[in-house]
Amino acid sequence: MYEVIIGLEVHVELSTDSKIWCGCSTDFGAEANTQVCPVCLGLPGTLPVLNEKALEYAVKAGLALGCEIAHFTKFDRKNYFYPDLPKAYQISQYDLPLCRNGAVEFEVNGETRRVRIARVHLEEEAGKTVHSGDNIMGSEYSLVDYNRGGIPLIEIVTEPDIRSPEEARLFMEKLRTILLYTGVSDCKMQEGSLRCDANISLRPFGEAKLGERTEVKNLNSFRALQRALEYEVRRQSALLDAGEPVERDTRHWNEQQGVTISMRSKEDAQDYRYFPDPDLVPVTLTAEQIETWRSELPELPDQKAARFMEQFGLPKYDAQVLTASKEVAAFFEATVERFGEPKTVSNWVMGEILRLIKEMEIDIEQEPIPISPEGLAELLALVSKGTISNNVGKEVLETMFKTGKSAAEIVKEQGLEQISDTGELEALVDQVIAENPGPVEDVKSGKEKAIGFLVGQVMKASRGKANPQRVNEILRQRLLGS
Amino acid sequence: MAIIERKDVEHIARLARLALSEEEKELIQRQLETILEYAAILNEVNTDGVEPSAHVVALTNVLRPDVRRPSMPKEKALANAPEARDGYFYVPRILDE
Repeated sequence: MYEVIIGLEVHVELSTDSKIWCGCSTDFGAEANTQVCPVCLGLPGTLPVLNEKALEYAVKAGLALGCEIAHFTKFDRKNYFYPDLPKAYQISQYDLPLCRNGAVEFEVNGETRRVRIARVHLEEEAGKTVHSGDNIMGSEYSLVDYNRGGIPLIEIVTEPDIRSPEEARLFMEKLRTILLYTGVSDCKMQEGSLRCDANISLRPFGEAKLGERTEVKNLNSFRALQRALEYEVRRQSALLDAGEPVERDTRHWNEQQGVTISMRSKEDAQDYRYFPDPDLVPVTLTAEQIETWRSELPELPDQKAARFMEQFGLPKYDAQVLTASKEVAAFFEATVERFGEPKTVSNWVMGEILRLIKEMEIDIEQEPIPISPEGLAELLALVSKGTISNNVGKEVLETMFKTGKSAAEIVKEQGLEQISDTGELEALVDQVIAENPGPVEDVKSGKEKAIGFLVGQVMKASRGKANPQRVNEILRQRLLGS
Repeated sequence: MAIIERKDVEHIARLARLALSEEEKELIQRQLETILEYAAILNEVNTDGVEPSAHVVALTNVLRPDVRRPSMPKEKALANAPEARDGYFYVPRILDE
């Protein structure tokens, strides 16, 4: 067994309308090489000019991650040859990044973990390469689309504070939630607007020195991140167990085969020869400007969770589940405004609503939740008044999701009103008593638990519509005289 | 003492994807040394108390609004590509086997 040390480099595309240095569109999915111009193609004689929104979004991301923001920052050239980089350098930030020293807190098995953010810097996105083979390894040739080249990108670098593949995934999920709250990126992993590389090394517990690390690339989903790191833990453990060294390496995650493969790049040991980009002048930020942007940030997930606990008396778990998505949090709050009873609403949202969203594969970041807070409040009012039972309420909710009809309409159409009428209930109870002499004897002889079975039989006979409390009362009267 | 050694020249040539003959390496080694010796004159200046500068012009915050402008036609974008296929820039194998 070894201690696992993981650090992540996360890349996030910013949701500006235009690219970082030019006015080309940043829309995803356009025909190849139709969103390019002399600036983002790196043609001679062009000059980049910084997009003010990209700067604002990068600072806001840094603030949301608890970073210090630099008052003086500049851009540097990172020199390397790669076909997705038309200038043969990437404009990035080297020694004076925009943001430093932040942290993200998240829960792992009920415990709060804190991962420090070393830096967040602003840079340009590279183009997209399409490989002739299944992946970059073994491709005879590649095709390049520069539409993506020049989209503003932030790189978020963590300290090596992550201790397991699962933690890495949980960290990324929390990071994504925070960034989605700020609105600086759509964070779509499937479109590559959020992605990460992972550095991982192992060392014997108690050892102070870090082991040799590998860098794993091509982690395009939370699942890929966790699986690739689990694979690396197994691979490196086996090497160390056998007394063999782990070689410093860049490795490519192959999703189909479930393995990481060494990418023996043509590039020698990396030597980026960073130097200040003479085409761009430095950027200064006043404390006032930074505070203005801070004040424009929305309430962030941790703040919202704390407020839900304070204002609505919710348990920590509920507060965290509800605030993991800003859409769900807003839905919850709007329902509570109309219905009250925060814990009841929380139970319905965390249970039934999240289950239906998952089952129906609704992407709530892209499309609305199929029912409105008013709709849920109306349903909960029907349950709380006893018009329908809790279980029938769940069925009605599902029908609401699928048909868009209101709770009242569904209850009326399907005749789901709960039966609370004593005469009707007594008839049902008598029928069940007559049909179940065994359990009836059990109850009479003191096995009160058997009453639950009889209640269940009455519920079944009423097709779920009987008021279970009333049924219980009537059964007790009939059998126990109380 | 040589400021630039032969292996430095070879490394820089490799990074710049230049294939140099032995004579060229020799020539460039001398030229680079001359350049660096010239630049080394700057080391004689006393810079105590001088803030490092990031740029030669005293400008900061040259920004543009986040506004889209038309891109160029695809045909024009691809016109200078050594090879294009299906509207893409075509490039040979990136990684070794």
